Amino acid sequence: MPTPPSRAKRIWSLIQKESRQIVRDPSSIMMAFVLPMILLGLFTYGVSLDLRHISIGVVVERMTPEADSLVAAFRSSGYFRVRLAEDRRLLEPLLVSGQVQAVVVIPADFADRRLSGQPSPVQVLVRAAEANTGELVLNYTEGTLRQWQQNQWVAQGLGARLPGVQWEPRIWFNPEADYLAAMLPGSIAVVMTLIGTMLTSLVVAREWERGTMESLLSMGLSRAELFLGKFFPYFLLGMLAMELISVVGVVFLGVPFRGSWWVLHLVTAVYLGYALGLGLTVSSLTRSQFLATQAALIIGFLPSFLLSGLVFEIQSMPAAIRMLTCVFPPRYFVTVLRTLFLAGDVWDVVLPNTAILLLFAGVLLGWAMRATRTNLA
Amino acid sequence: MWQRIGRLIVKEFLVVLRDPRTRLILVVPPMVQLLIFSFAATHEVRNVVLGVYNEDQGLASRELLDRLHAIPETFSRIEYFADLRSAEEALSAQRVLAVLHIGQTFSKELLSGGAGPVQVLTDGRQSNSAMILQGYLARILEDFAGQAAGGARVAAPPSDEAENLLAGADSAPAAAKSLGQTLHPISRMWFNPNLNPIWSTLPGLVAVLSNLVALLITALSVAREKELGTFEQLLVSPLRAGEILVGKAVPAVALGGLEGTLMITMAVLVFRLPLSWHGLQVLLAAMPLFLIAVVGIGLFVSSLARTQQQGLLGAFTYQVPATLLSGFATPVENIALGLRWIAYVNPLQYMVSLARMAFLEDPGWDVVLGLIWPMVPIGLVSLTAAALLFRQATLLAVTGK
Repeated sequence: MPTPPSRAKRIWSLIQKESRQIVRDPSSIMMAFVLPMILLGLFTYGVSLDLRHISIGVVVERMTPEADSLVAAFRSSGYFRVRLAEDRRLLEPLLVSGQVQAVVVIPADFADRRLSGQPSPVQVLVRAAEANTGELVLNYTEGTLRQWQQNQWVAQGLGARLPGVQWEPRIWFNPEADYLAAMLPGSIAVVMTLIGTMLTSLVVAREWERGTMESLLSMGLSRAELFLGKFFPYFLLGMLAMELISVVGVVFLGVPFRGSWWVLHLVTAVYLGYALGLGLTVSSLTRSQFLATQAALIIGFLPSFLLSGLVFEIQSMPAAIRMLTCVFPPRYFVTVLRTLFLAGDVWDVVLPNTAILLLFAGVLLGWAMRATRTNLA
Repeated sequence: MWQRIGRLIVKEFLVVLRDPRTRLILVVPPMVQLLIFSFAATHEVRNVVLGVYNEDQGLASRELLDRLHAIPETFSRIEYFADLRSAEEALSAQRVLAVLHIGQTFSKELLSGGAGPVQVLTDGRQSNSAMILQGYLARILEDFAGQAAGGARVAAPPSDEAENLLAGADSAPAAAKSLGQTLHPISRMWFNPNLNPIWSTLPGLVAVLSNLVALLITALSVAREKELGTFEQLLVSPLRAGEILVGKAVPAVALGGLEGTLMITMAVLVFRLPLSWHGLQVLLAAMPLFLIAVVGIGLFVSSLARTQQQGLLGAFTYQVPATLLSGFATPVENIALGLRWIAYVNPLQYMVSLARMAFLEDPGWDVVLGLIWPMVPIGLVSLTAAALLFRQATLLAVTGK
């Protein structure tokens, strides 16, 4: 009679089985390595909140040197693509259909009013069906108008008497307000959630669905052993994906990394503990691939995208939603990640957030173990 | 033939709706997501904790700060620091989002008609908020300085648009004012006059969530049968590939449409979004075509997949970029030219625009049709591709390979 294999050996063969399952299925590889690269590509080339080349229409009811110089100001600002017309009725349909984002109307009496010393109004119509874009377009348009007025004063020799503020704005940590630099660290959180929660819940739910989980358990594997066997391959996959994103981002896309690598690994490991705990819990509770992914989507993926501060800032949300973000760990992870990449090892940020993540990880991993047991009973 | 398809449709409905947990998960989460995310999805900057380091002893800086205190919806708390170092530490520890550093000579310079030194540091880890906040502070400071220099008393909070316009004439240098050479923009925001973010988020969200539901139902449908081995039975039955396709597509379109209707009802009743009769017609015309296109993509992904896992992850790999490139969160115009074609073959992009238009804009039919027609070829191509994959599978099943 052969001696039963040692504990370490049992776990090792289970890990080998799981790893082979990952490597053989193209969809796991896609989730761990291809999707992150698609995300980075999108954040670099597809998605950004800054506006460049805004199409606007400028209505010049009567061409005068003043109006001409104002049009030139819009053309040379670098933000706009200008379409000229003499009548607003020609441009308003374009505003309705979205072919221009704003229409600036320079009235016929513009020059006259300026010369006779009256304030000269300029009408700005902005398409605001998308509120955020509308606000940015408004800011850029009004900013260009103000800048032009200032330049006029300076040209007339009033510049020396120009009162106001000596305005020195600086954006710390990300001086160019680069969208990629802000998004890349956060997208690590999304990918870790996808691998830890989504992929894992799917794989383990399949074992429950097919009944192979029971056969694994009946082979004399203890719960802890089974747990480690499931945990490690996906943990490793997550860590590899994190390294891939960071290296590609820092080396090829020029995103800064100012913290230390060991802190990044540590925090990611803690977060993966939470994400895997959630995935294993969900799959043990639902035992169905469809339900498990739905649950993983709703309590894992969507909060990591929308309630983490990654795309939408938490402080701007209503109080009730802000409270809700506190029970979803991605917000703490995103905060640490952004600080590590852009600011450095700021312990005031890293330590409290990591501590909270550790708590979540502990609770979820414990729950996952429990859920496995109750299901078998 | 119609009877066969009818039976298959009934069977597909049963597969989805039989399990009470599945029923629950198809209805409740999208509603909850609509509620939560329409409030969460805002690019506005609110509830900012602002740090102030004021070196100036004069009156002007105090008036400026009073003004900031008067807009608590933007600056929920203002924290004062005794030196720059502690203010900077607070910024880096994310206790404040921005630091306003008022220079020693601020009041003196303003009174003598010079430029008062002000430094603003913002946290670039939240790059969008940082940019918006800087623009906002710049506007407040410019107005303030203009009024202080024009001799006008600080009266109106800067957020008040109407007062601002009246004060606009004051915000010019005295000399320029005597020449009357001031320019003031009179701005109107079309379609969403108060720039209410929920008005623009919610229609987009209706489109995104309908996309998700229709995709998830279809992505699993074929893959599940393959995994359970029932797909081969289906293939060797008298049903033709096209018939299977219709049988699988109809329930998904119907359920997606039901979800969409529920969400639209909620948008109107709970969130009080305006929806005209014309807008409703636009939605009714666009939704089915949109759902057919999405279902076609879902079935295509599903017939490529061999397991449910592959089906789901494939659907997911489609949904994430489709959402990011739909104009839902960031403008489509920002997509680099090389990637713009993706937006043109993405049905979600058209639906997000159409939903926003239907609720907010009351668009003409020429504009609407211009956005609806591209979904027809997208749907035709994806459904045909799925049907071809079915037929290939049928041939393989029949020949036993």
